[in-house]
Amino acid sequence: MLEIKGLDVAVEKRQILHDVNLTIREGETHVLFGPNGAGKTTLLMAIMGFPKYVVTRGSVVFNGQDITGLPVDERARLGIGMSFQRPPVVRGVTTRDIMNVCLYGHDGETASQLAEKANLTDFLDRDINYGFSGGELKRSELMQLLAQRPNLALLDEPESGVDLVNIALIGQLINELLDKECPMRERKCMGLIITHSGHILDYVNARTGYVLYDGRIGCEGDPHEMLATIKEKGYQECIRCIAGISYDFEELSRQS
Amino acid sequence: MTSKNYQDKAKTAATKKAAFGDDINLEEYLAATEELPYQDDPSQLPAPTREQMRQVGVIVDDASQRSGTIIQMDHSVIHSLARQEGVEVMATGQALARYDWLSDYFWQAVAVDSDKYTAHVELHQANGYFIRALPGAKTVYPIQACLYLARNKLAQNVHNIVIAEENSELHIITGCAASINEPGLHLGVSEFYVKKGAKITFTMIHSWTPDVSVRPRSGIVVEEDGLFLGNYVLMKPVKSLQMYPTARCVGENATVRFNSILVTPPGSAMDIGSRVLLDARGTRTEVISRAITTGGNIVARGYIEGSAPEVKGHLECRGLILQGEGTIHAIPELKGDLAGIDLSHEAAVGKIAEEEVEYLMARGLTRTEATAAIVRGFLRVDIEGLPPELSAELQKAVEASEQDIM
Repeated sequence: MLEIKGLDVAVEKRQILHDVNLTIREGETHVLFGPNGAGKTTLLMAIMGFPKYVVTRGSVVFNGQDITGLPVDERARLGIGMSFQRPPVVRGVTTRDIMNVCLYGHDGETASQLAEKANLTDFLDRDINYGFSGGELKRSELMQLLAQRPNLALLDEPESGVDLVNIALIGQLINELLDKECPMRERKCMGLIITHSGHILDYVNARTGYVLYDGRIGCEGDPHEMLATIKEKGYQECIRCIAGISYDFEELSRQS
Repeated sequence: MTSKNYQDKAKTAATKKAAFGDDINLEEYLAATEELPYQDDPSQLPAPTREQMRQVGVIVDDASQRSGTIIQMDHSVIHSLARQEGVEVMATGQALARYDWLSDYFWQAVAVDSDKYTAHVELHQANGYFIRALPGAKTVYPIQACLYLARNKLAQNVHNIVIAEENSELHIITGCAASINEPGLHLGVSEFYVKKGAKITFTMIHSWTPDVSVRPRSGIVVEEDGLFLGNYVLMKPVKSLQMYPTARCVGENATVRFNSILVTPPGSAMDIGSRVLLDARGTRTEVISRAITTGGNIVARGYIEGSAPEVKGHLECRGLILQGEGTIHAIPELKGDLAGIDLSHEAAVGKIAEEEVEYLMARGLTRTEATAAIVRGFLRVDIEGLPPELSAELQKAVEASEQDIM
């Protein structure tokens, strides 16, 4: 279980996230919507533990353990994995090198088998992310996560920049990562996915969505309904709605 | 030119400072030393010496994976043996006595009056190695050459001549090492002649001691369709090392590739470059250097000059500052004087990107492991055309020093 409690996060001394609370139970996948700059990536980076994302208040509890102060690599070893929106090129380090790191301690499929699955066989011996297209980057990130077998998968826009032909493959990889085919009670892997287009909703069993706006979780609900509203009316409607709710609360408190 | 002429010319340059690098006072070093006994079986050399040789790719315990061996200690060639038909390996002095024509190859690829160091080598003639592949001969295994400095305060003089006759192939691994704990100087002149359709791969690994200064002077002449592949690895402390080997592509479609891997610890100063002159139609070159400082100073140079039609050259200089007060000064230079030539360069100096370290950490590596993987990757240069044995030796040399770096 992932429990985020009253989380404030600052980047370079600028407060980005304010009082974020969310809980993901075993086998659940949650979806994050929100306009650019709302703080979605910041939330994922803070959960993964990147030092630039400083938790100034609140906590991140993973499977009962407070991991708020743990370094990135220890979180990875505890079973948190992330697919990056824009992963860096690391010259001289091949995709296979990284796959071997991810596969360390896991039985099952080999790097070559996973590469075949992700249609990346020819990329195993290339420098990681060097000269990869948008779709190749996304597939490579998911392939690494499949090797890593995390208990919590943080996916930052896994379908952005992917053409329609490849979106199904991306969907299949995410499916497998999040044990979609397993019955709910047997499903172990948790997911937190940032999406703009919502295409990915066709491939995952997500029952909870959030709209993040200005560093705050504005609303929580069924992700399919949220997406429909966002598609129809844009985030402006969400913003109005969120502002309206907070206005109503203020009004209520004055009245009482 | 007669040998007397060379002597005269050398005298005029006896005090001529080199264009680059600290000026070394040659009078502080011994010009001569005692002759050392010949070793029929180099596996009988003392174990520490053999271990040092092994670290620079020279295996004397079991030379079955080598097409020939030559070892020069101080000024004496203590062992030489060619193990393959069509390949000659011997001391330069011995070769000069055998072949009248050999003197025609002296000082053709390197000018005797380049500076005081080339002059010193001519004026205090010592030995060096002569390696030659006869026309069409191809080495099965690499030939290994070791230049070993054992005498404190010695200026070790070496003059090497390497000839790949037409359509031959020579793979050479040269390991240079020192065992001294006081100042010493290595002056090595190397002249390479790659004839029509021939190929030389030359991999040089240096492992000096902190008070040794080194001034190699190398020249390479590549004829039509010839290929010269030069790889250089220096990852151990040295007081001061300056070299700028120059390759001239004089025949059509000749190719030269240089790869250098340099690691500079505190107290070491390196000024290392490669220069290629593309003088004939369709010649091409690639010059790649990777430099890491852990506290020392590196000047990484590169120079390509194109003066014939349809030539192509690329220069890549990448530097990584790991820690401490070290500096890396990359100086890539290109010169062209003809339309239609294609010369390019890229240079980058920086520290390890934090973003890359964190990316690898997110896959489960510790910070130290992630940094090591990036450093290893930085030093991993894919060298096209290098035989697997040499590639393995090179990789071993790089891996051996990884721990020192980290």
